[in-house]
Amino acid sequence: MSRDSPARRDPPWFAALLIAVTLLYMAAILLLPLITVFAEALRKGLDAYAQAFADPDAQAAIRLTLGVAAISVLLNTVFGLAAAWAIAKFEFWGKSAVMTLIDLPFSISPVISGLVFVLLYGINGWFGPWLDANNIQIIFTFTGIVLATTLVTLPFVARELIPLMQEQGADEEAAAATLGAGGWRTFFLVTIPNVKWALMYGVLLCTARAMGEFGAVAVVSGHIRGETATMPLYVEILYNEYSFSAAFAVASLLALFALVTLAVKTLLEMRFAEELSIQRWR
Amino acid sequence: MSLTPTNGRKPFRFVEPSALPGFGAAFGFTLVYLSFFVLIPLAALALKPWESGWGLFVDIVTRPRTLAALRLSFGAALIAALVNAVFGTIAAWVLVRYDFPGRRLLDAFVDLPFALPTAVAGIALAAIYAPNGVVGSLFAPFHISIAYTPLGVMIALIFVGFPFIVRSVQPVLEDLEVEIEEAAATLGASRWRTITQVVAPVILPALLAGFSLSFARAVGEYGSVIFIAGNIPMVSEIAPLLIVIQLEEFDYAGAAAVGLIMLTLSFVMLLILNLLQGRIARRGRR
Repeated sequence: MSRDSPARRDPPWFAALLIAVTLLYMAAILLLPLITVFAEALRKGLDAYAQAFADPDAQAAIRLTLGVAAISVLLNTVFGLAAAWAIAKFEFWGKSAVMTLIDLPFSISPVISGLVFVLLYGINGWFGPWLDANNIQIIFTFTGIVLATTLVTLPFVARELIPLMQEQGADEEAAAATLGAGGWRTFFLVTIPNVKWALMYGVLLCTARAMGEFGAVAVVSGHIRGETATMPLYVEILYNEYSFSAAFAVASLLALFALVTLAVKTLLEMRFAEELSIQRWR
Repeated sequence: MSLTPTNGRKPFRFVEPSALPGFGAAFGFTLVYLSFFVLIPLAALALKPWESGWGLFVDIVTRPRTLAALRLSFGAALIAALVNAVFGTIAAWVLVRYDFPGRRLLDAFVDLPFALPTAVAGIALAAIYAPNGVVGSLFAPFHISIAYTPLGVMIALIFVGFPFIVRSVQPVLEDLEVEIEEAAATLGASRWRTITQVVAPVILPALLAGFSLSFARAVGEYGSVIFIAGNIPMVSEIAPLLIVIQLEEFDYAGAAAVGLIMLTLSFVMLLILNLLQGRIARRGRR
């Protein structure tokens, strides 16, 4: 809410109308799909719901999703910290080009983010014949899924850290260095504590996206149930087999993750507003 | 390197000296990582379509099926962004200007499309708008189908694009100084005139920025669309799906050609929207 003033007071009927329009629009566009997920998941009762998760393929999908997300988020966190250290603490030539490159994955269609790895490592790709000759498979395997997921979620941590670390400058680190602290010590005892909430926020958004990614993963995964089907892909497989209740049951778990993420995100934003550059999330 | 710079110019230095260590390692890692995940993959996308020659590229891109898919992806994205521009601006206004119970919750809820995995949204939308769904069954008696038509594609794109508009306009409305509206009111402008002639020009650049983001996201959207779209070639088949289909046939050059043309078209659109936004922002300052 911004500051009130008589000049800002709209006629009550006007305010009521706009609030009603917003509520109706958001109910129809956002709330209805969310309710539908849970309603369809529970339509055949709790037993059927539990049954969907008793399936070994469902459990394999959950494990795969968690595994892929863990690796991708770890990679992008290390990358985010390194990139932010270089960009925020030093002045160098070509900095804005590097920042543009970091942002680029957000403007690429998820399907294209998967496609590019097929063009490199697929059977007809640039490195395909060589990989094939050496018996290495990337596309349609766990590795391919990790690659695509990592590309899609690459900017999250870096984008969150760079503006905050730029604003904080390098004075505190320089002081630590002058007092004799080594590079790593300075990094872990000065830099990290200064950015911990922003780091957490970036990791949260990155994790949520990594677990829910569909388009990029759909292209590089072989869609093999129990092996290369992540949760979103498993939802697709079940849906296409007309196992609607099971599809919505698995979907409801993803929706639950999304709601928890949204809640934690909102709490972080309320509590640490000045430290976070509230991101546009994609 | 000589110690005294010639011509009074600063000698070129790649990196300014600093008391802090670790530039080499951090910068090197950043560059290697970006090359591996962004630069080399995009180079493959840019070069692959030409490996079988110009003719094939032109042939793939001008096929009626490709053109129909591109038209649908860009057209539906544009309409969805327009719809959201209207309702997203209203929502941003309501969230910033009015106090009512549940406002905070509503504010947090705006981000739902960012948080909800696209496949989850996709199957939910398909269930709602299918002829036997909650909304679909309301229209079925009038022989209006929403799912499996371009209309269904548009609805999915409206879902994914909504937060971009709200989150772009909201901060500008929050920062808008109360004195501006007070001055307009003091000078005798009606509330309506103040909103259309004083407030609107200030939020227009942000609205355009949100429009671009929402549009760009919608053009490439896949997961939330394919379930509700029905994917009928020439009717409700989106461009990203065409890429997936070509990959399933191991036609890498074809897939890359569609990907490249999609990416190029969206960059051109974004460039135009960016220029427009810059012009409006400059005019607003004058």
